[in-house]
Amino acid sequence: MTDERDHRTTLGPQQERPGNEIAIATTGFAFALVLTGAAFAIPSASFIWGPGHYAALFVLAVAQMGVHLVFFFQLSTAPRQINNILALAFGLLIVFLVIAGSLWIMAGLDANMPPMTAS
Amino acid sequence: MTATVPLDDSDQLAGTGFEVHSDEGAAPREEVVGFGFWVFLLSDIVIFASFFAAYAVLRNSTAGGADSRALFSLGNVALETLCLLLSSYACALAHVALARRAAAAFLIGLAATFALGALFLTLEIREFADFLARGATPQSSAFLSAFFALVGLHGAHISAGLIWLAGLAALFVLQGSGARYGSRFFCFALYWHALDLVWIGIFTVVYLMGVLP
Repeated sequence: MTDERDHRTTLGPQQERPGNEIAIATTGFAFALVLTGAAFAIPSASFIWGPGHYAALFVLAVAQMGVHLVFFFQLSTAPRQINNILALAFGLLIVFLVIAGSLWIMAGLDANMPPMTAS
Repeated sequence: MTATVPLDDSDQLAGTGFEVHSDEGAAPREEVVGFGFWVFLLSDIVIFASFFAAYAVLRNSTAGGADSRALFSLGNVALETLCLLLSSYACALAHVALARRAAAAFLIGLAATFALGALFLTLEIREFADFLARGATPQSSAFLSAFFALVGLHGAHISAGLIWLAGLAALFVLQGSGARYGSRFFCFALYWHALDLVWIGIFTVVYLMGVLP
């Protein structure tokens, strides 16, 4: 009985049906493959308006990260996962502050620098 | 029997109506271990975020040297991405095999995870060696410093993961799947998936955005 429980190791509650776990991992892998393929096709997709490439890549990356969280980490909105979701939300807040804050401040500094040439 | 963790007290509640599945009872051990390791992984991701921020700020500071468009070849990166994704998938399958007590399938899954991870690392080291041979060293520009720091940090994590994986495989061969083995392997699986998650950011921000016109 203890052994049974010790192997019930997903972030989320245990899946009831056997076979389900393999199907979940395989679905996630298939989604990830499609999204990765799409992302690698973007740089040579000349039919997309230039600055749109960045938006498309960003959206595909966020989508694939979501796929990984749902299918590989098996995060869900189940009540027992509330701590995991809260920790993730806090982590995302810090990540956003670090990246967006750095870009914002450094772009401001850069704009106020006197023109320089590399020596 | 090693020191009993108080969290395991929930065992004694079986059949009393206060099992761990009620909202009130103590959480089962692997859920607590999972949460703690999840918090560690998130802090690791915050470290990666600061490296991403540094790279994003410095990506155009090439000091007149080679820029990302001149250096990166997407074919190699696509191959690396495929290796890491397959490795993550193999790790997930090994996890299922462990839960089903399929020892042979579990070890095959571990071997596949390790081999694909090692292949990824080989491709990355080859890419780095190629850059260095072309004179694109970390010292030559802020862009390259940030690039080697970010991608190198991920590579270092992969190396540590491979050592951890080898240790877990040795432990399984020597001792079999003991009471704690499940949560140990679970932590490794989370770590490995998290590295794949970070790699999504790297191939998007560094490589794909790096070759955009």
